[in-house]
This record gives sequence, structure tokens and C-alpha cells, in this order.
Amino acid sequence: MLKHESIETNSGLLIVLTLIAIGIGGLVEIVPLHYIDSTIEDVKDPQTGLEMVRPYSPLELRGRDIYIREGCYTCHSQMIRPFRDEDLRYGHYSLAAESKYDHPFQWGSKRTGPDLARVGAKYSNAWHTQHLMAPRSVVPESIMPNYPWLMTTNLDYSDVADRMIALKKVGVPYTLTKDEYAGWTDDKGQKHPGTLERFGEQVANTLDINRAEDSLLAQAKAGNYDGDPSSISEMDALVAYLQVLGTMVDFSKFDEDYFIQFR
Amino acid sequence: MANPVKDPLTGAETTGHVWDETLQEFNNPLPRWWLWTFYGTIIFAIVYWTIYPSWPIGGSYLKGLGTITYKTDAGEEKTTHWNMRALLAKDMQTGEQALKQKAYLEKVSAASYEQIAQDPDMSAFVRSYGNGIFGDKCAACHQAGGQGVAGLFPTLVDDDWLWGGDVEQIHQTIVNGRNGYMPAYNTTLDATQVDEVANYVLSMSGIEHNAEAAAKGQKIFNGYAGGCYQCHTTEGKGLYSQGSANLTDQIWTVADTTAEETPAERLALVKNVITNGIQRQMPVFGKQLNETEIKVLVAYLKQMSGTQQQ
Repeated sequence: MLKHESIETNSGLLIVLTLIAIGIGGLVEIVPLHYIDSTIEDVKDPQTGLEMVRPYSPLELRGRDIYIREGCYTCHSQMIRPFRDEDLRYGHYSLAAESKYDHPFQWGSKRTGPDLARVGAKYSNAWHTQHLMAPRSVVPESIMPNYPWLMTTNLDYSDVADRMIALKKVGVPYTLTKDEYAGWTDDKGQKHPGTLERFGEQVANTLDINRAEDSLLAQAKAGNYDGDPSSISEMDALVAYLQVLGTMVDFSKFDEDYFIQFR
Repeated sequence: MANPVKDPLTGAETTGHVWDETLQEFNNPLPRWWLWTFYGTIIFAIVYWTIYPSWPIGGSYLKGLGTITYKTDAGEEKTTHWNMRALLAKDMQTGEQALKQKAYLEKVSAASYEQIAQDPDMSAFVRSYGNGIFGDKCAACHQAGGQGVAGLFPTLVDDDWLWGGDVEQIHQTIVNGRNGYMPAYNTTLDATQVDEVANYVLSMSGIEHNAEAAAKGQKIFNGYAGGCYQCHTTEGKGLYSQGSANLTDQIWTVADTTAEETPAERLALVKNVITNGIQRQMPVFGKQLNETEIKVLVAYLKQMSGTQQQ
């Protein structure tokens, strides 16, 4: 029989029992969200039936890695809450579906800078480049640090395929095999749609790990995000990432009521 | 505990735990106020569970008795269990502040730009509401006061426009964005030719230049070699349809010659633009702003540029 005294005088046992007590508290809050059906919204284009929220393209993915490396999340959240003031300032509240491929998610709970959940397509590439190099040259009152090395450091994309494989292991639908791309039918006759069917050809091609480098190079070249076409810098990747944030779901295609029904 | 241990000095009951020889823990009862507050929180929790969504049950959860009534976009009235999303929808539709704003927005939406400019009430609303939109969407590039950043983002506080300053043109710029493009002439023109064209460009707005070179530059500007006239016109006044700058008016949006002291520095700036070309982009805002917000913004910009009577 565990006695009060024996727990208090045995710090090892006290630590274990404390962890169990806190663990129960955490689990009852977190676990149900994984099996409540309506947690993650089903966001399909009403016209084409394609999924609107897609995994990041290889270039955007590298941009996200740089975002995390530079610690952008310490000052910027990516979570617009359903309040009138946030709706008016930042746009539509964030959906759970919009960060379902984020590992780890970037919601945050501290805003020193503004929320970035819908910063995509809001400013031009040139503005982002200028602002990251020298924030005060465009926003005089800003306290954000300068990130000039992003422009001069070439993007290392040699391991982009490995990074995608790692994310694939935690459930992000990047594809390695033809079946994963085009879909397959298992022994029981159950059909498994591939990325081609779920996201459409254009997106599915960017999710193909075998073509990751080509896709990264093509997007960087076509986008020329940092205004310098001679090289692919970390700036290219980061701006590509920032420009896609919050733009995947076209809210004009839905009745607002649709998203309320999930809560 | 069968035999409660008592503290010999005070006679109070202790838990029987002893540390460091004499340090004991009294077994006093919990203070009443604390105990009742604790029971109160338990009752509060139960009341809370019955009103708001709470316990998970399988793939669903207890929805609670609280309800919210809101309107769908289709205009249908709906009542649902209490949740933040429905609460927001209701607040946007019937909240006190939202309704006040809505009344103004409807008024502005129905009015013409002339009516807005002449009505002090609507003008004041445009100034304040437009300032909010401008601060959020536009000020990052064009700056809080609309003064722009020389060389990067054009100023909006004068009556000089690259893409046109009529309400229709400003509207078009906001809805679809703009892609400004001037080709780089580093391969088409040699260094001397660039120098001559630059001198001609300076001469057009009466800035100190080499007249001899400018005369040669004019031929390149209006000839096959440069072809500058195709966008900037032979008079150098620019075309709104191309977003090409008026070169005759001493207002510089890319090469900020007014900031330079010596003629050589001014010339170098202009040469730099000709050599490297320009690529500037204004994002599309038609998807981020609705028609009424864009109208308020256009009216706000007309106020800002001081051309609202146009």
C-alpha cells in the first residue's frame, strides 16, 4: 500500500506519479480531438471536387524549414481566431484543415509581430524581399531583425527528398510509388485514391518525391521570388512559403455556414 | 491514523511527518472559505457542461443546451449549439458595432464617388474606415501616410499616377494588381548609348545634363535602337495602359534623382534604370477585399491624392 509518507520521501516515485497525474490531464484534452469526426474540416473545391489544402511544394517546404530555423514563430503566430477584430484585421479564421500537413504546426500563442496565417498574396515578392533584408526600410516602426543573409546564402536543396520522406512517414501525402500517385485497389476491392485524384495533376506532380528537385528548381525559376534570377537563395524559398500561407482555401466558394457546421 | 500525534508545544494535531529532527507538519483543517470556493468551482463546472460543448462521446461530443441563431450566406436563419464560429457569424451580422459599420457601408456602397466626396459624413467614414483597410493592406508598401518608398513603391499622395488616377483606373489597379515592367537595355544599348539616353531623360524634366549627348539620346529614345517611345511616348509623358512613367514632370518613382547632390550621381541613377530595367508588382486585392471595401479604398485614395474633385 502506497503511503503518503513513502511518496513524499521518495523523489523518484513522486516524479513518476506526478507525470502520470499530469499525463491524464493532458490526454483527456488531446486524445478526443483525434477521434471526433468534425475536428478537421473537409475542404474540397465544390466545382472540381479536388482537395483545396495540399502539402507544401518542395520549395515551399524548404522555405518553411528556414522559417523555423530563423525562429520566426517566436514572434509570429499562424492562427486567426474566430473573433470579429481578428477577422477584420487578418481575414477568415484559420481552419484546422489548413494546418493538417504542418509538422510541427506553427499556431503559436504569442504575437510580437502580426499573425501570418493569411499573409500569402497580400504583399508583392519584392516587398517581402526588401522587408526581410531591412524591415525598417518599409515599416519604419518595425522591431523585426534584419535577415540579409537569406539573400546571399544559396538554398541547400540536396536533401529535400529526404525531408519529404520524413514527412511522408508522419502522414503527409507525398508520393514515392506509382500507386500512391495514381491510386490503387487493395485485395478486398477497396479503392485508395492517389494524389492525382485527390489534388489534381499539377499539384500531384509537385508532391512526387522522385521529382522533388526538378519541381523545386522549376518553381524557383518561374517564381523568381527574390528578384535575382541568377541563383536560388534561401530568400526564394522563404518568400515562396510566405506567399502560399492561407491562400489554399478559396472561401468565396463556400457558404460561411459550411464551416460552422463542423463545430 | 489511529493515534493522532500531537505537537507537545501547541497541542495541535500533526500528520506525524518529521523532517530535520523537529520540523513537523500540522494537520489543520482546510479554511472554510477555501473549501466552499472549491465546492463552488465544482458546481460551476457542472453548470458549464450543461450549457457549453464539453464531454467527448465517441466520434461526437456533448453539445450543451446553449444555442446561437445566425444567418447563412444564403439568408436562411439557423440555430445551432453554442460555438465560437456561430458566435462570430452572429456578431458580424447583428453586433452593435458591426451594425453601425454596416449602415455606413451600405450608404457608401449605394452612393457615387461624387456624392461621397461632397457628403461630410460619408467622407469622414471613408477617411476612418479607409484608413483601416489602407493600414492593413496598402501601408506595408506605400507607407502609413501613402508617401511610398522612393525607388521601390510609388507615392500616392500626389496627383501623378503610373496606371491612371481615375476612379475606374484605381479600381482596376486594386482589383487585378499591376505588373510594371521595363526591359533591361544592357544588351541592346552600349554604354555610350545608355549615357546619351540618360542625358535625354534628364533633359526632359529640365535637370542639368549634357545637351550634346541628350540630342543623340533623343534619336535613340524615339528610334529603333531604343524604342523607348513605344511606352513612354515621343513626348515622354508615359502611358497609363503600360504603367510607364511620365518622364517630363520631375516626379521620380524609381530613380530618385532629387535625393542626389551632383549631376554625375543623378545621371548614374538614370543609367542604372536603363541598364537593368525594372520589374515591379502590385498584388491582386480583388480576392481579399469585397466590392464595398474596394470602393471605400478608392474614395480614400482620392482623398489622399487630393484629386477627389476630378
